Amino acid sequence: MKTNELQEIASVARSRIILNSHKTGTPHLGSCLSCVDILVALYFSKLNIDPKNYSSPTRDRFILSKGHGAAALFQILAMKGFYPDKLLSDYGEDGSIFAEHPPTPDYLPGIEAATGSLGHGLPIGLGMALSSKISNISFNVYVLLGDGECNEGSIWEAATMAVAQKVENLTIFVDANKWQATDRSADLVGSTSLKDKWQAFGWNSYEIDGNNIQEILDALEMKPTIGVPTAIMLNTIKGKGVSFMEDNNNWHYRIPNQEEVEMAFYELGVKL
Amino acid sequence: MRNAFAKEITRLSKTSSKLVLLSGDIGNRLFDEYKNIPGSNFLNCGIAEANMMGVAAGLAMSGLKPIIYTITPFTTTRCFEQIRVDACYHNVPVIIIGTGSGLSYASLGPTHHSLEDFAIFRALPNITILAPSDSVELKKCLNEALKLNSPVYIRIGKKGEEILTNELTPFKIGKSVNFKKGGKVCLIATGTIMSEALKAAELLERKGISTCVEGFHTIKPIDKKSLKRLFSLFDVISVIEEHSSIGGLFGAISEWMALEDNVYNTKVLSFGTKDEFMHEVGTQQYARKLNGIDALNIFNKTFEVYQKRNKK
Repeated sequence: MKTNELQEIASVARSRIILNSHKTGTPHLGSCLSCVDILVALYFSKLNIDPKNYSSPTRDRFILSKGHGAAALFQILAMKGFYPDKLLSDYGEDGSIFAEHPPTPDYLPGIEAATGSLGHGLPIGLGMALSSKISNISFNVYVLLGDGECNEGSIWEAATMAVAQKVENLTIFVDANKWQATDRSADLVGSTSLKDKWQAFGWNSYEIDGNNIQEILDALEMKPTIGVPTAIMLNTIKGKGVSFMEDNNNWHYRIPNQEEVEMAFYELGVKL
Repeated sequence: MRNAFAKEITRLSKTSSKLVLLSGDIGNRLFDEYKNIPGSNFLNCGIAEANMMGVAAGLAMSGLKPIIYTITPFTTTRCFEQIRVDACYHNVPVIIIGTGSGLSYASLGPTHHSLEDFAIFRALPNITILAPSDSVELKKCLNEALKLNSPVYIRIGKKGEEILTNELTPFKIGKSVNFKKGGKVCLIATGTIMSEALKAAELLERKGISTCVEGFHTIKPIDKKSLKRLFSLFDVISVIEEHSSIGGLFGAISEWMALEDNVYNTKVLSFGTKDEFMHEVGTQQYARKLNGIDALNIFNKTFEVYQKRNKK
């Protein structure tokens, strides 16, 4: 798929996420919007997954370790055809499977792991990547972390083991939107660059514009050092795509009203 | 017991390529034979148990059979959230072995004791909790656990535990085992403290009190059918565990009893560890005595209550 087509898909995804937030009162809009481009690039251009055969043992695995981005993933999976749009109609209702975080894989096609408690997705993804070698089935594992999530110690436990085990079919992305729930990440963990941290742990480490689909596609095609896992820092903007949401951390929890939805759709170039 | 575990896992790995043994940097040389088997899967995950548990869940989600082995506090309380979310919420077959549990490592201090593991695991959905009384029962636990497609916790001792059962002793997850028949009082025990229960039974027999000893290797699901039978048969039941009296076997039995329609006239005694951290260092036997879960104290208290009851 061409880059401009992927960009259009990303705009539609953003509009769907915003509308859903408005209709269902689902928060974490800023965190969802910052990672739309990587989700679109992966699902529409990179991952070897057939939505009709989503549990095939040879499929690539994607884990949304920053589980609070679920509202973005739910839309992308529907757009990719893992389930019909109408399944989303009870979103936010009592008894719905669409929580603020992904459910377990048994409950929704396309989900690999129920995340939401941070720091869990990478160890699970590492286990999946190791299973490929043990079972002699070839596939890749991709894990999307938040920069806030990298506060968690378990991330760095996994980072050391992945290198020791020479797990090269594992790629992680850090959605580095520089904000966490209540503060700037740098104010909490210092300003050492994330790229340097992953590099110091022994990973192939890159830093790109994470809201630029072409840069993401190029990074996904890089041929990194053999026997080493890959970490791609996505420099992103929280709330990306809507001027009044961008880099404004109020949108971690705020729900847009009708007027704001209309403004957002106008900016995204999508008809309401 | 840990040697029996290593031996059995080595035997099993010859028949299943799906087994993956994960260790948290313990068991020096214990698994040499296992590692030498062509095609056996061994991952030393280092001193990083949260990650180890997540990795095991990832392996299990991919169709493998991971078995985690490390000292009990580090494979239970240290990584409790990974057990809860990654293994139990996903309901995948991760087998967790807690070695040196209870007071096995009495001399290492409370950081290495595990006296609350039953309590915290019992509240988790999907997990089966097993505590074999000896190495023979441990082998059976392991084989049966591998047949389940859900998380299992197996709490084992360290080394030199007495052998109390044999290959022919019946074993079924969720079903208690009779260790000794008797008609007057009943001792219910779980795990390796069974050896103390059997000694206490001998002392009671010497006083002419016919004593039944029932083993509960399965803490969850608790064998309600057996409890019903035992509570309708006996006036005095002593519950024995190398675990806090809060939330373990005694806890499970108390919860069951409170909801029963039958009002049993049974006097229940709890022999568990005290609700405090041990600041005195010593052998396992010393620690058991200090907590009143040794044979002599079990005998004394049970005898006393039995006599009181029979005076009326």
